[in-house]
Amino acid sequence: MLKHELKQGWKGMLLWSLAVGIMIVFCLMLFPELQKQLAPIQTMMQGLGGIASAFGMDRLNYGELTGFYGIYAGFMLGIGGMFYAAILGCGILSKEEAQHTAETLLTYPVSRSSVCIWKLTAVAVLLFGFNVLVVLFSMAAFPIIGQFPHWKAFALYHLAQLIMQLEIAGICFGVSAFLRKGSGTIGMAIAFVLYFLGIAGNITERAAFVRYITPYAYADGASVISRVSLDGGLVALGIAYAAVGIAAGFWKYNKKDIL
Amino acid sequence: MAEIIRLCNLTKYYGKHRGIENLSLQVQEGEIFGFIGPNGAGKSTTIRSMLGLLQPDSGTAELFGKSIQTAKLDILRRVGYLPSEPGFYGNMRVRDAMQFAASFYGEDCRSAAETLCERFKLDAGKHVQELSLGNRKKVSLVSAFQHRAELYVLDEPTSGLDPLMQKEFFELLQEKNREGATIFLSSHVLGEIQKYCSRAAVIRDGSLVVCDDVAHICSSTIKRVTIRGVEEIAGIPMRNLQKTGDGISFLYSGPVQELITALQGLPVEDLTITEPPLEDAFLHFYTDSEDEIC
Repeated sequence: MLKHELKQGWKGMLLWSLAVGIMIVFCLMLFPELQKQLAPIQTMMQGLGGIASAFGMDRLNYGELTGFYGIYAGFMLGIGGMFYAAILGCGILSKEEAQHTAETLLTYPVSRSSVCIWKLTAVAVLLFGFNVLVVLFSMAAFPIIGQFPHWKAFALYHLAQLIMQLEIAGICFGVSAFLRKGSGTIGMAIAFVLYFLGIAGNITERAAFVRYITPYAYADGASVISRVSLDGGLVALGIAYAAVGIAAGFWKYNKKDIL
Repeated sequence: MAEIIRLCNLTKYYGKHRGIENLSLQVQEGEIFGFIGPNGAGKSTTIRSMLGLLQPDSGTAELFGKSIQTAKLDILRRVGYLPSEPGFYGNMRVRDAMQFAASFYGEDCRSAAETLCERFKLDAGKHVQELSLGNRKKVSLVSAFQHRAELYVLDEPTSGLDPLMQKEFFELLQEKNREGATIFLSSHVLGEIQKYCSRAAVIRDGSLVVCDDVAHICSSTIKRVTIRGVEEIAGIPMRNLQKTGDGISFLYSGPVQELITALQGLPVEDLTITEPPLEDAFLHFYTDSEDEIC
């Protein structure tokens, strides 16, 4: 079952990794040039106000590789990872009904809980693979530009991204159990809402409460790289949201009518 | 003989829409049991409830003496199921689809799958998405029959198969039955039921109309009456009335004595009363009497 799910998902994973990885490499290639023209860019950024805050530019030094990576590369991975995780999570159960394969699959001697476990494992493996490939793209680019990031901040940032994606996938897995088809749009909508809640939380103090809703709050490059640590409380809350999503998915899928 | 299927007052609603209502039937070991009904009558709902895909609102479904709700895996391990509209994973080759199915039974089914593929002229190397409807049906058929099942549940198994393949399919079915397997065959092709099934149940609007020997269903009260020389008979309820040019032909379910009395004095040139084929018996169970009685 796991092998089957991975066989189904590896091409998608490769495409998402390539898209995000290439964008990150592209950004990193621009960094040496940006460093040369830092003063006018910094002046321009100071004029952006809220927009600069939204992307964490007020907390990170983008004249230095790790800060730049947190903003620009992090932006690509943040959005790409959220969307990929949401689409993957939302489709993992509902695709069986959309493709009319659920009727066949669930009349084989396999429990619905086992189906859920293997599918969740496949999602986790695919997300892990996605992050490994993206990291490999970044690591390949560092020697080319001749600069290297603060490794601990780099590792923590990618760990936070993986946790965020797993959280989103867990929540979307729960949503998936309630769906019969059309999961892609719902996945994108969830990712979109969580991402923009995160952006809103960065812009204004009045939206600080969104920190407790969106995983972007603990996985944002500005949060992780500026502190060189993860906010344990928010990560725990995120894991709790994922656990609730997964539990809801198991509960619903075990009693769901397969039409 | 052991009861292989026992459905007891099975009821399933989809919101306000009726699926099946208080449906009860039993299938004995070694039977080829027909399940007849038109589209929307509740055949697939019955099968899906029986196999645990649907949660019934009330009633019980037991296979091999065990409840599908509590012993689903034990039961499904002993069942081969052929859905009416099989769905496949698009990126799979036929061989992969069959291996994927076999992987759940813990059996090495490669040899059986290969034999079945040859028998049904199925190219195992092709992608499933490239196949025609009939060939997809064959993939599903091989997947259902490649492992050793004690019960085969077949939902509209011949739809999409050409006549040669249908013949091959029924030969396979009879072989499996001779080996001891029980067959639950859902169909609206009445000829199939009449030819291959020993007993059958007729379902209408979600409820069981009759469950009996096929021979008995055919020879029940309904008769096909053909009369030459007469075009009208007063006071006789006639169903499925057909004008034959020089007379009439109709289905009659009343006492024969009443018919003979009504015919007295009429210019009858010829009269035949026969047991109807299952198609006619089927119409008897399905048509609204008001529409058909003349």
